[in-house]
Amino acid sequence: MATYRELLARVKEEIEEISTVEARERISTQDAPLFVDVREPDEWEEGHIPGAIHVTRGRLESRIEGLVPDKSRELVVYCSVGARSAFATKALGEMGYTDAVNLAGGFSDWKRSGYEITIPRTLTPEQRARYSRHLLIPEVGEDGQQRLLDARVLLVGAGGLGSPASLYLAAAGVGTLGIVDADVVDESNLQRQIVHSTERLGEPKVLSAKRTLEALNPDVRIEAFQERLTSENVDRILAEGWDVIVDGADNFPTRYLVNDASVWHGIPVVHGSIFRFEGQVTVFAPGVGPCYRCLFPQPPPPELAPSCAEGGVLGVLPGIIGSIQANETLKLILDRGESLAGRLLLFDALGTTLDEVNVRRDPDCPVCGDSPTITEYVDYVEFCNAPLQLG
Amino acid sequence: MALVRIPPTLRSEVGGARELEASGETVGDVIDDLVERFPPLGDQLLQNGGLASFVNVFLGGEDVRTLDGLETPVRESSTVILLPAMAGGN
Repeated sequence: MATYRELLARVKEEIEEISTVEARERISTQDAPLFVDVREPDEWEEGHIPGAIHVTRGRLESRIEGLVPDKSRELVVYCSVGARSAFATKALGEMGYTDAVNLAGGFSDWKRSGYEITIPRTLTPEQRARYSRHLLIPEVGEDGQQRLLDARVLLVGAGGLGSPASLYLAAAGVGTLGIVDADVVDESNLQRQIVHSTERLGEPKVLSAKRTLEALNPDVRIEAFQERLTSENVDRILAEGWDVIVDGADNFPTRYLVNDASVWHGIPVVHGSIFRFEGQVTVFAPGVGPCYRCLFPQPPPPELAPSCAEGGVLGVLPGIIGSIQANETLKLILDRGESLAGRLLLFDALGTTLDEVNVRRDPDCPVCGDSPTITEYVDYVEFCNAPLQLG
Repeated sequence: MALVRIPPTLRSEVGGARELEASGETVGDVIDDLVERFPPLGDQLLQNGGLASFVNVFLGGEDVRTLDGLETPVRESSTVILLPAMAGGN
């Protein structure tokens, strides 16, 4: 039988340790180790080493492989004084982590030395409950949820695509949603525009959406722009600062306007479009991938591009495409996964097929190309109705 | 024979088909084959003997404009996607 002290001494003989001075020197180097904080949540919330990840000692074994899949990664494990983390370091070694060391003296020593610490913002108990399924995902977690709460997303259109996109973004806790739409709720909208309802007939869509979304999640602030997006108001609206634009417009002039403005403001656009049984979805990320004009340099003539009001749309289709838009938006905010930038998804609801094509940035693009020829807003209605330039 | 996906906006010109088989050694030949069988398609796809600027044609997931355009060779099992811009979001 061994006492705690004997056990700790034995474990310390079996692991490597690093001093706080040495660890501090390594933190700003290119091959900085990953700090793993194994203390309790209340200790973490009072401050931690910058850049550290948090997993309590009790959950270390079950969580660490999700958080740090690379078992050869250099880890500096710490707790308050270096005792709990000694046992944690030994456990990591037994799990195959080949380069885990214990921080001697722990966070107390680090703090006493006057080294930099990060004091995390914390979620309220209500937020912890509401977002618990996000907090459980390593790729989201508390940091990711805070990012979502801090994020600002502008939805162009509160219709077919804007409905599911705004509902899922609000539910996810995206802190500020701007919504641009000049229309009022009409009976023919309700077959697919699920953010509205029968009792809202005749109500401006932005206000109807605001009521639904705020009822879904009181954390979300809605900025309603009851106006049609135009060359005259687009800079004012975008100047409010947005992390992502979700394009669910219903006409070509607005699509080209959103594109040009987003390129000039440097804001990524999550693009979706729908017609009958088919949908298209992609991400246009300025400076990273192509823009809308790289894909579609010119709009088709009106007879080849009927709107949903003219040609119809299956009610569930915007639910599918708008939900993919919400997914891409969350990934952009979280900076996780691979975005659809440079890839266009084509969904066919009749065959239930999903095709993917590559979209490349056009160096000759008049807006995002190497030598842009369009550098200010044009008359988009005229541009979309003008006779085509034959090449 | 290559398989050609027909977008919803062009289906009325081809009797409602979502996909059609067409023969040819190049993308241009395949489109010519379709236009020969469904002449109204020509007005929608071609202009001045080339692809209309608002029509995107993808072969093997790549825009043929980034390959050899209408001269791009087509294999027997290729899928050609005719892709129109769609503005609907409402």
